[in-house]
Amino acid sequence: MSAVTAVLNDETKKVLVAPLVNDNPITLQVLGICSALAVTSQMSTSLIMALALTLVTAFSSAAISAIRNHIPSSIRIIVQMTIIASLVIVVDQLLKAFAYDVSKQLSVFVGLIITNCIVMGRAEGYAMKNPPLESFMDGIGNGLGYSLILIIVAFFRETLGSGKLLGIEVFKLTKDGGWYDPNGLMLLPPSAFFIIGLIIWAVRQWKPEQTEKVEFKIMSISHGEGGHH
Amino acid sequence: MEAYISLFVKAVFIENLALSFFLGMCTFIAVSKKISTAMGLGIAVMVVQAITVPANNVVYHALLKEDALSWLGITGVDLSFLALLSCIGMIAALVQILEMILDKFFPALYFALGVFLPLITVNCAILGGSLFMIERDYNFGESVTYGVGSGLGWALAITVMAGVREKLKYSDIPVGLQGLGITFITAGLMSLGFMAFSGIQL
Repeated sequence: MSAVTAVLNDETKKVLVAPLVNDNPITLQVLGICSALAVTSQMSTSLIMALALTLVTAFSSAAISAIRNHIPSSIRIIVQMTIIASLVIVVDQLLKAFAYDVSKQLSVFVGLIITNCIVMGRAEGYAMKNPPLESFMDGIGNGLGYSLILIIVAFFRETLGSGKLLGIEVFKLTKDGGWYDPNGLMLLPPSAFFIIGLIIWAVRQWKPEQTEKVEFKIMSISHGEGGHH
Repeated sequence: MEAYISLFVKAVFIENLALSFFLGMCTFIAVSKKISTAMGLGIAVMVVQAITVPANNVVYHALLKEDALSWLGITGVDLSFLALLSCIGMIAALVQILEMILDKFFPALYFALGVFLPLITVNCAILGGSLFMIERDYNFGESVTYGVGSGLGWALAITVMAGVREKLKYSDIPVGLQGLGITFITAGLMSLGFMAFSGIQL
C-alpha cells in the first residue's frame, strides 16, 4: 500500500494529468499530428493506434531515461531513434500476429510512430532529464492526452460519417430504411483538420491562457469619414 | 515512360504526402509562417526524399526482402521486419552525410538549408515515403520517380500554406481560433482543394 502512495506522489500525478488538457501534446505542443489525422476515420483503428503510441512512449521514455547519463550528447538522437524503432518493431510484429486486419488498415502509420514527434519530444524534453519512473508516467500521460484527442476525433468522424461506432449501428442509415443520411465528408481526410481545428478553438475558449500572442491586431476604423476611400 | 509520368503526377498531386496522408504535419504547421523559410525547408525535403527513397529501395531489395540474401548463398531468410530500423538508420545517416557535404563544398547552400536538415530526420514525410515505397513494392526506377515526386508535392504544399498564412495574419479571426486553430482549418480547405485532383489518370 505504501508503495502505491509512493508511486502516486505529486510529481507523478502532475506528469500524468497535465498532458490531458492543460499541456495536451496535440492541441498545445503541436506534436504528433500526422497520425492523429490519418487513422481517425474509424474508432477501432484509433483505439489501437492510441494504445500502441502510449505504450511506445512510456517504455521508450523509461528506457532512455535509464541510460540517460551514459548517452554522449552528440549521438543522442540516433540512440533515441534506435530504442524507439526497436519498440515500434515489437508493436508492429505483435499487431501483425494478433490483429492482422487492423494492422493492414493502419498500414505505414504504425511504422511512423518512430518519427511521431510525441515520442521523440518526450524523450528529448523530459526523459533525458528525469529518472525512469517519472519518465514512464510522463510517457503514459502524454500518450493519454494524445489518445483523448484521437478518440474525440474518431467519435465524430465515425458516427457522423457512417452512422456507426466501433462497427455497431448508432444511427439507422437511409439506405437501410432509417432516417440518417451519412455525411460523406467525415470519412474524407479534410474533416480531421476541421475537427481538430474546432477542438483547439473549444479548448482555448475554455482555457484562454493557451491562446497564442497575435502578431497583428486589427484596429477599429475611426468612423465619420463618410465611407469614401 | 508513361507509367513513370503517371506515377509522378500521382505522387505530386493526387497522393500528396502532406495533404492527403498528413505526413510531416508537425513541421508543416510549425515552419509555414514565412514563404522564404517554407520554401527552403520544402527544397531540403525534396532533396533528402529524392536520395533516401532510392537508397532505401536498394537496401531493401538487396538485403532485407524475403530471400534477398540469395546472392550470398543464403536462402529462406526474411529480414523484412528490420525494414523500419534500417530505413530510419539510413535516413539519419544520409541526412548527416548530406549536412557534412553541404558544409564542406557548398557553404552558401549550407547556410540556407543547414538549419532545416536536423528537422528532416524526424519528419514523417521522409520515413513515410520510404515505407510507402516498400509497401507498394516499387522497383528502382519507380522509387526515384516517387521520391522526387512526393518531395516536390510536399514542398508545393508547404509553400502554398505559407503563402496563405502570410495573408491570413491580417485577418480578423475569433480569439480562440487564432494561430493554430485557423491553420488547421486552412489546411483542411487546402486538402479539399487537392482532392479535386483525385481521379485524374494519365
